[in-house]
Amino acid sequence: MAVLRTFLYLLVYPGLLFLFVYGTFCEWFDRKIYARLQNRMGPTHTGRFGLLQPVADFFKLLAKEDIVPERADKTLFSLLPVFGIAIVGAAGLLLPVWNFDLAVPGPTSFPGDIIVLLYLLSLPTLVFFLAGWASTNFFSIIGGTRVLTMLFGYEVPLFLAVLSPAVLAGSWRLAEIAAFYQARPLLVLPNLVGFVVALIAVQAKLERTPFDIPHAETEIVGGTFTEYSGKKLALFRLMIDIEMVVSAGLLATVFLGGFPGGALLGFASFVVKTLFIIFLLSLIRAMTSRIRVDQVVLFAWKYLAPLAVAQLLAVILIKGLRS
Amino acid sequence: MKFEIPIGPQHPALKEPISLRMTVEGEVIRDADIRLGYNHRGLEKLAEEKTWIQNIYLTERICGICSHSHTSCYVQGVEKLMELAPPRRGLYIRYLISELERVHSHLLWLGVAGHEAGFDSFFMYTWRDREVVMDLLEMISGNRVHYAMNAIGGVRRDLDDAQRQKILDGVAVLRKRTEYYFHIGANEPSFVGRLAGVGRLTKERAVALCAVGPTARASGVARDVRKDDPYAVYDEIDFELCTADTCDVLGRTVVRIKELMESYKIIEFIVRNLPAGEIAVRAPRKAKPNEAVSRYEAPRGENIHYIKSNGSDKPERLKVRAPTLANYPATVEMLRNGFIADIPLIFAAIDPCICCAERSVELIDARSGEERTVRMSDLRRLAAARRRASGLKGKAEWPF
Repeated sequence: MAVLRTFLYLLVYPGLLFLFVYGTFCEWFDRKIYARLQNRMGPTHTGRFGLLQPVADFFKLLAKEDIVPERADKTLFSLLPVFGIAIVGAAGLLLPVWNFDLAVPGPTSFPGDIIVLLYLLSLPTLVFFLAGWASTNFFSIIGGTRVLTMLFGYEVPLFLAVLSPAVLAGSWRLAEIAAFYQARPLLVLPNLVGFVVALIAVQAKLERTPFDIPHAETEIVGGTFTEYSGKKLALFRLMIDIEMVVSAGLLATVFLGGFPGGALLGFASFVVKTLFIIFLLSLIRAMTSRIRVDQVVLFAWKYLAPLAVAQLLAVILIKGLRS
Repeated sequence: MKFEIPIGPQHPALKEPISLRMTVEGEVIRDADIRLGYNHRGLEKLAEEKTWIQNIYLTERICGICSHSHTSCYVQGVEKLMELAPPRRGLYIRYLISELERVHSHLLWLGVAGHEAGFDSFFMYTWRDREVVMDLLEMISGNRVHYAMNAIGGVRRDLDDAQRQKILDGVAVLRKRTEYYFHIGANEPSFVGRLAGVGRLTKERAVALCAVGPTARASGVARDVRKDDPYAVYDEIDFELCTADTCDVLGRTVVRIKELMESYKIIEFIVRNLPAGEIAVRAPRKAKPNEAVSRYEAPRGENIHYIKSNGSDKPERLKVRAPTLANYPATVEMLRNGFIADIPLIFAAIDPCICCAERSVELIDARSGEERTVRMSDLRRLAAARRRASGLKGKAEWPF
């Protein structure tokens, strides 16, 4: 029985199947918002309101010819998409939507899980870099180096910004941080600067405009994914969708007070809050133009990092005043 | 580490086939090389076998976006050869279409610039508004792309009052939208950050490399055939020559947006002051032996047609110098020491029209740098020799 439960947990809810369904829904939501902001229709045809379009895209890609370049590192090239899905899937399990009950902690809620989650969210970047490198295509290699270059820009501000609410809550455990802010909603306000910083850093992590530099199609064709096709590309796209859900869930947990109200209400607030964050991400995507990779690093260290440090200092100050 | 990346002949940033080879060090371009000849169609040769009238429709098909530019340039030249004076109403309508075409071309370019800079919202908005001018063109000529308005000695269709009113209404809408784009182009930080200082071309180099059109004007060179050598109606119309002195892609954007505003002014003037009378005169079937050069300010810059007649009903020679060709040397200069990320922007900033520019096949020997122009028969012989020599079949080698 326990084995079956674990399998259900890993494969159905909140595991792969749920993340697949919700990830594709979020992609639809993002595409729709982005399209409406650009005065377009967005997906309309497949399913009601085009809801099934990302699913259809996924399955269509699965059916496409899968080409592995002659000179690529074949093992690495083929393993990376699976590896990537596993990483973001595992990261998804850590969110306190399904670990809400502090009295009966689930197997994926433990002190320090915020660090593990941040670590798991850093790994996709490495996966993208290796994917570019293993392809041995010049466009892919340039894309891969751009992925890493950007990482040096946004990762530190993201960590500082996400960890400062945890410092204020005095816990490294996502469920406890959420519970802390649910009990004291006003304390969400001092973290607003950190929220903005984290939002921009997540936008960069997800490689969306203005940070879609590693796969800027007008410059380096498909960038990291130039040589990927068929099933592997489908898995990569799914991976990015799930990464978006997990990042939005993380931001909602630490900055927007988590998901109170047990299994059902908590789940509803998870949907609302993640969609709100994805809406903000889509807004940034529609409003900006792609910048250059050197401008990203400059921007991150000139503005994001100082702001994140200021946020951390403010949090320490507030913590001192409160005690 | 230095390596060469190929942009084109097939690349998402290019709408038409051309090959740019960039030698890059990390993200910085050290050298650029442009290779042409992927879109050669033998139009000039074909023109020698068609009559004066048929050639209007042939030159229209040199390019989709500036189709009217090429016919107008050609028709101007033929009118010179035939010593025809088209009626003023005909000329006014011809250059009204010219300006509408400039508006649609510049709006299209703005969208492309937005897309190359990764600003897709801007792209969607400008192309949506471009539909306004496309609808106007369709209303006047019946076509969205190849208007087929020009005839030797005038134009083919007249304007009525309802159409004139619709043009004025459309221009009013576009003017408001263009002001908004000017605001975005000058204020959206990520967009400006992406355009400013990119693809520098100093005034001296612009003159030395014979840049034309908005590319030259953005480097502060006041060069516009409509002002320098006013053809037909342009000496009667009051408009300003738009220049910028930033010498970069931002300047090229600003110049084009300013030109849009000037074009609206010209369109309104033409529509309000349309003279009465005939729209065309009858043209003779043949032209006396002579030669003529016709200059025309296309949306992308100066367009030149050289036409030679031999007394028959067909031209002996038609030579087209499209503005894009004149801007290639400047492009190489602009690309040097830029970033990979700027290649599409810089290249798009000259508003390249490859199919306009491809007139002859030039081979550049990659090792010796020797250039030669070859004929089709030579190419065929070369291809046959190569096929025999290679012996291998179906084993394509990755180009680097």
